[in-house]
Amino acid sequence: MTRIWKHRLFWPIASLLGLIVINSVARPQFLSITMRDGELYGALINILRNSAPLMLVALGMTIVIATRGIDLSVGAVMAVSGAVALTVIDNAADPDNLGTVLGAVGLAVLVSLALGAWNGFLVAVLGIQPIIATLVLMLAGRGVALLITGGFITTVNSAPFSYIASGYLTVLPFAFFISVAAITLIALVERRTALGVLTEAVGINPEASRLAGVRARGIIWGAYIVSGVLAGVAGVIYASNIRAADANAAGLFIELYAILAVVLGGTSLMGGKFSIAGTVVGVLIIQTLESTILFLGVPSAQSPVFFAIVVVIVVMLQSSRVRRGFARLARLRQRRAPDGGPPPDVDPDLEPKRTEVAA
Amino acid sequence: MTGADVAQPLLELTGATVRFGADAALDDVSFRMFPGEVHSLMGENGAGKSTLIKAITGALPLDAGRLVLDGREVRFARPHDAQRAGIGTVYQEIELLPNLSVAENILLGREPRSRGVVNQRLMRRRAGEILADLGLDVDPASPLGMHSVAVQQLVAIARAISTDVRVLVLDEPTSSLDLDEVAELFRIIRELRARGVAILFVSHFLDQVYEICDRVTVLRDGKLVGEYLTRELLRIDLVNKMLGREAGEFKARERTFGEDADQPVFLSARGVGAGPGIAAADLDVGEGEVVGVAGLLGSGRTSLARAITGVAGLDAGIIRIEGRPVHLDSPRKAISLGVVYSSENRRVEGILGELSVLENITLAVQAQRGFWRRMRPARQRELAQSWVEALGIRPPDLDRPAGTLSGGNQQKVLLARLLALAPRVLVLDEPTRGIDVGAKVEIQNLVGELADNGLSVVFISAELEEVLRVGDRVAILRDGRVVETLPSHDVTVDSLLALVASPDDEQEG
Repeated sequence: MTRIWKHRLFWPIASLLGLIVINSVARPQFLSITMRDGELYGALINILRNSAPLMLVALGMTIVIATRGIDLSVGAVMAVSGAVALTVIDNAADPDNLGTVLGAVGLAVLVSLALGAWNGFLVAVLGIQPIIATLVLMLAGRGVALLITGGFITTVNSAPFSYIASGYLTVLPFAFFISVAAITLIALVERRTALGVLTEAVGINPEASRLAGVRARGIIWGAYIVSGVLAGVAGVIYASNIRAADANAAGLFIELYAILAVVLGGTSLMGGKFSIAGTVVGVLIIQTLESTILFLGVPSAQSPVFFAIVVVIVVMLQSSRVRRGFARLARLRQRRAPDGGPPPDVDPDLEPKRTEVAA
Repeated sequence: MTGADVAQPLLELTGATVRFGADAALDDVSFRMFPGEVHSLMGENGAGKSTLIKAITGALPLDAGRLVLDGREVRFARPHDAQRAGIGTVYQEIELLPNLSVAENILLGREPRSRGVVNQRLMRRRAGEILADLGLDVDPASPLGMHSVAVQQLVAIARAISTDVRVLVLDEPTSSLDLDEVAELFRIIRELRARGVAILFVSHFLDQVYEICDRVTVLRDGKLVGEYLTRELLRIDLVNKMLGREAGEFKARERTFGEDADQPVFLSARGVGAGPGIAAADLDVGEGEVVGVAGLLGSGRTSLARAITGVAGLDAGIIRIEGRPVHLDSPRKAISLGVVYSSENRRVEGILGELSVLENITLAVQAQRGFWRRMRPARQRELAQSWVEALGIRPPDLDRPAGTLSGGNQQKVLLARLLALAPRVLVLDEPTRGIDVGAKVEIQNLVGELADNGLSVVFISAELEEVLRVGDRVAILRDGRVVETLPSHDVTVDSLLALVASPDDEQEG
């Protein structure tokens, strides 16, 4: 039993389950899933569907953070991507043509790849600090998106395009399959090849990795490209959902939610060791929380406060220092107990640190 | 000065025990420090030196035992309490703030104030007095970061003694200092000793311990071996007490190089210049030969190593491998040609502390294969296991984070990473710095064995004796040039010292 406590995904998963329990107690229909016309509906299905854009962005953010970087431009890349896709479809003779939509999405993703490559160039080649390098595009990107749409919110009516966010593949939403595909692809590439461990090496210490013959520059550059591409796909899903390219609202603040998801999943902002599964759980926590806020009817003006309180609680639960503090309090109480009692147990969290001191 | 046995100890620790879980890092140890005496704490890595220091300086609580300072029993809850009681500490890793001024660093937390505002002028004057008191010529207003590590170390000492310090703890203060700087530090230590300060001096360098210390306490496996007067304890006895066994003898190799002019040269550098460190250096490394590189700090030892391993780009000169000119523009390129480099800065440029021993060992091989061709996990384990056994890495746990190993074992992990590449030339920059005597001899022997198996080695060390012992030939570096290359058996430590510190040094100043 003690093993499970120590697992690094214990607290994220416990938090997620806690949220689900709270929800299902507050409204029993939360867990219910109904079948309509061969398609599944329900609150849980909505969470899976709506989490797709954040899931993609957070996966890319995980890789970038693992290299000791950060990508603030993801929201702006989403806006550009949506603008490109909609402009192509809008100007096409037949918006309902599947080829047109595929071409539009392809071009949007290609542009996003170029934007990611630009970020990577600034960071990996020019050596600009990631937060500054990606801030450039974060600020400029939405302007570019507005430029592409000519300053308007382009709207389209295209059945194949709408399908991306709202359609169903067999019994589940298509957007969910995009999420799963991205998670699988990233997890396979990072963990079945050596990219994951090389990325962690670069994140822990770029210079030591270079001396060991690791192509640190290429790995960092690649991370920003992956982040850009995933943000581009997220932008397409977002635009498909509202059937419009809204340069100002698309992906607004998503970089912050993505960073939050990565941290909730137990990946350190200091770079190095990362967890794809952790990020997936982090995204689901955030999405479940949003759904909770909606359901509980928290007035929209106060919902950020509610959101913040829950996040602080979750983050504190994960902080080993906070937990250690509680353990110490408990021990003090034990020590003050009359007639001494047995010697207090050693806090398992202290163990690794202690052996280090002794070595 | 050392008629101190009759005197009252200033600090006395009795029956000190510190436990980590089930293990005792310090087991019933007694330790005394006398005023006006320099005391050394000796022991291998993991013997309990750091733990004892931490117990004295309030960084760790005692599980059992008493600490008596000046006849009164004291108990420190945190380092601040120890400081207030007059115990100053300078740790191995300098804990100062490089972007503040020297004066601010010295008086941090005790800045002179007038009407609540820090009085900069008074602060600079007071810091200046402290520095002058130590005979240090450093501008108190200059930012600390612009000074060398040595000066920063001395500033750290100035900070420690600027309070009314009676016990001064110096943990490995000389590990990054060169000969002159060590002399300067020793001058200051003697000065403080004359003032009656009790000084604890911890160092891996036996020479320095014998030069400066009056008394030595030896620890082994967390237990006290004994307390001795330095002048009454032979070096060999000291080492035996530390190890608890006869120290591994360095095995002298059959020297076959240096005499034969026809030996095949594997790597040759001509007129190599890189950055400010090195200008027009020549170096030849034969197959299976160990070339020792000797030079003072600043003579370009590290720059030379980095230039011939592709770490730093060349400004001038040419490097040939088996006669063919090569362009080493990255460590990666050098590795692919069989030239590997182990940095002098193990922690910053070597070990990836959070990754496991296995990941650290397989990293370079994996990087060379490219990320797409991952080694099978079973193969990785097999490879790492074979090196852990071959080099005797302790503990032999492949999944342990490498950062938790002792310095000597981290160095072995780093060597394993490079040797797993099956290199042709191994360039070792200070491979034995900051590791204990036992591990040091092991690494020196390993270098000999590797050379016997045909590997060429460039062995750089600040310790001249070690360079002579390990190297078949010695290249002498001065001001960024290799001024001479001699067979090791033609040189003694004294004659090497004379060559390294050239006569024209004094004119340059």
